[in-house]
Amino acid sequence: MGDGPPSLWEWIARNWDTGRVGSIRDLLGDHLLMSLVPIVLGLALALPLGLASVRWRWLYQPTAGIFNVIYALPSLPLFMLLISVTGLSPITVIVPLTFYAMAVLIPAVVDGIGSVPPHVRQSAVAMGFTPLRRLVQIELPIAAPVVIAGLRVVAVSSISLVSVGALIGEGGLGMLFTRAYQNPFLPPVVVGIVLIVALALIADGLLLLAQRLLTPWVRARGAS
Amino acid sequence: MDRLSLEAPTGEITVFVGPSGCGKTTSLRMINRMIDATEGRILLDGEPVQDIDPPTLRRGIGYVIQQAGLFPHRKILDNVATVPYLLGWDRRKARDRAMELLERVGLDPGLAGRYPFQLSGGQQQRVGVARALAADPPVLLMDEPFSAVDPVVRTSLQDELLRLQSELNKTIVFVTHDIDEAIKLGDQVAVLRVGGKLAQLAAPKTLLSEPADDFVREFLGRDRGIRRLQFVSTEGLRLRTDLPAPEGAGTFVFGTDSLRTALDAALLSPSGTAVAVDERGEVVGVATREALDEALAEAAHG
Amino acid sequence: MNWLIDFFGDPARWTGFDGIPVRLLEHLEFSALALALAMLVAVPIGLLIGHTGRGGVLVVVSANLARALPTLGLLVLFVLLLGTASIWPVIIPLVLLAVPPILVNTFEGIRGVDPELRDAAYGMGLRGGQVLGRVLVPVALPLILLGLRLSAIQVVATTTVAAYTGLGGLGRFVIDGFATKDYASVVGGSVLIVLFALVVQIAFTLAQRVTVSPGVSQRLKTR
Repeated sequence: MGDGPPSLWEWIARNWDTGRVGSIRDLLGDHLLMSLVPIVLGLALALPLGLASVRWRWLYQPTAGIFNVIYALPSLPLFMLLISVTGLSPITVIVPLTFYAMAVLIPAVVDGIGSVPPHVRQSAVAMGFTPLRRLVQIELPIAAPVVIAGLRVVAVSSISLVSVGALIGEGGLGMLFTRAYQNPFLPPVVVGIVLIVALALIADGLLLLAQRLLTPWVRARGAS
Repeated sequence: MDRLSLEAPTGEITVFVGPSGCGKTTSLRMINRMIDATEGRILLDGEPVQDIDPPTLRRGIGYVIQQAGLFPHRKILDNVATVPYLLGWDRRKARDRAMELLERVGLDPGLAGRYPFQLSGGQQQRVGVARALAADPPVLLMDEPFSAVDPVVRTSLQDELLRLQSELNKTIVFVTHDIDEAIKLGDQVAVLRVGGKLAQLAAPKTLLSEPADDFVREFLGRDRGIRRLQFVSTEGLRLRTDLPAPEGAGTFVFGTDSLRTALDAALLSPSGTAVAVDERGEVVGVATREALDEALAEAAHG
Repeated sequence: MNWLIDFFGDPARWTGFDGIPVRLLEHLEFSALALALAMLVAVPIGLLIGHTGRGGVLVVVSANLARALPTLGLLVLFVLLLGTASIWPVIIPLVLLAVPPILVNTFEGIRGVDPELRDAAYGMGLRGGQVLGRVLVPVALPLILLGLRLSAIQVVATTTVAAYTGLGGLGRFVIDGFATKDYASVVGGSVLIVLFALVVQIAFTLAQRVTVSPGVSQRLKTR
């Protein structure tokens, strides 16, 4: 073994935590930051925009239209165009990913609120709920499964998309891919792919769990 | 399905009625082999349906279902012409036939170029009937065709079906869970119980007067005595011609309307008597309570 | 802005093997090739699974997995494993990533057709293939086309990234420019890619208008 290139496990052990920038652990941290911020920020922005689109129907078509167009734009040119504004920083990756997240989540919020049966909404009105209480206590809980389904799509695709940022030097675990390509060597690619898919599946699983806990009635109905 | 054996006479309407889970729809769908029977035989004009290739069989049997099942991507005219197209008819002939049927089921020919979503539920259901009749099949299967429309539309669709049937004389098998619909439409009614057993097969009148057992009696509901009167003619009613027609009295068409209609007219009149009129609406006499009472007594015994 | 003028105003950018027309055609060629191959695989399988109702789990799992796979990683992996002697080590991952959106939406589209409609079609004597071709596909077409559109978005983006592993196309302006600090090339190339993606979007929207029956899209107003 001694003279040949290191095996997969040797390579991992040697690079896991070198104490310097670019260790696997370091990249993992970057990756989490750059994928979590767009998910959270996307939700925080999509919620009011989606609710506004439900309240004022005319707002929905143009909003959805704009985000549909943004969603169709490849990430790499967006990163490149943003560099002149935000420089070479994680923000350059975070901004487009946040827009993609909003493109998925705004329709999810609108559809989710739309999934509230009219008779449920009307009986809430009839019982004297104020609009805000009705939103928080009735409509949002009923919309939750649809919104969380959107969130799962957003989480998984954000986590995998961050790696494209490696092409501008801000890719989290994606840096392993450019490193492997420049110095042709397989282990970093394999580790990168496995870690990213694992992160995505964990995020997906956690969101699924959250949905089960937050909306137990959905599962109960599905089981019967 | 459990040893269900019955015959649907040519040119008549046979209604399958029963609670949900009685297998009435399953029985219907066995006829055009949408479901295959595990055992037993179904004969169509003496030929076992099991021997006929299902698509060929189905093209010769009209099929109408609850939500009409119109093809949303095709215009009304092309929806109606579906089976003629399948049978390889000339395009123009198929379309002419479809136009003729649209009028026949009481639809405005101007709807021919519309898409299904532009029509009301009742209109869609009429298109469904027209589509089933397009290739002039001798047999028509109708699976709760009118149960998704509101009561007013349902009544008019039922009347329309009876009118069509008086012209076309198709062999119709009709499934419903609504006993009133069964009694109104059926020449014979098959009451099925849960598990697919035939509880009774009889003409509606017989069903009301002689229910076979408690299940049928309960299924028919409480006021079957009154309902039975709709099968008793007013022909035998003794009319008084010496009395003036009272103000505001209800009327019935003598000889055509049933005793139930006459009784209803009397009950709604301030005078308690019903006025008999002929087809043109001319007064032919007055049915007093005594006369109605006599007729009721006769009906109860006969 | 100056970068854009530098880029599009320079006559040298418009000629040669690395000029704008050639790169544009390459981008179109690779994207169209990958999309066509993906369609060839995904549409028949999606129709079959949707029509028979068997194998739905496979579709859902493949879709989730495909979304989680990092495109850049997959491209580098294939190139390291298969070399760069031909374009196939790059085209294969492009196709792999393009398949799931088409597969899922075709499957969901066919499976989601109102069962009453399927019932009516069989009841009138259409054969299995006729039910699929004359009823299910036209009714499911909006979703099938959505799948194709999402897949095209994916392919255009991945083709851009694939320039990193040596594939031609518009991505080269961006990636080579970034490496050589030629920012006119980076910005000009980015704008070209964005325009390309927009044109693809518009093309799909138009295709949808033309092919989907007004009875399905319910675009007509009832007079």
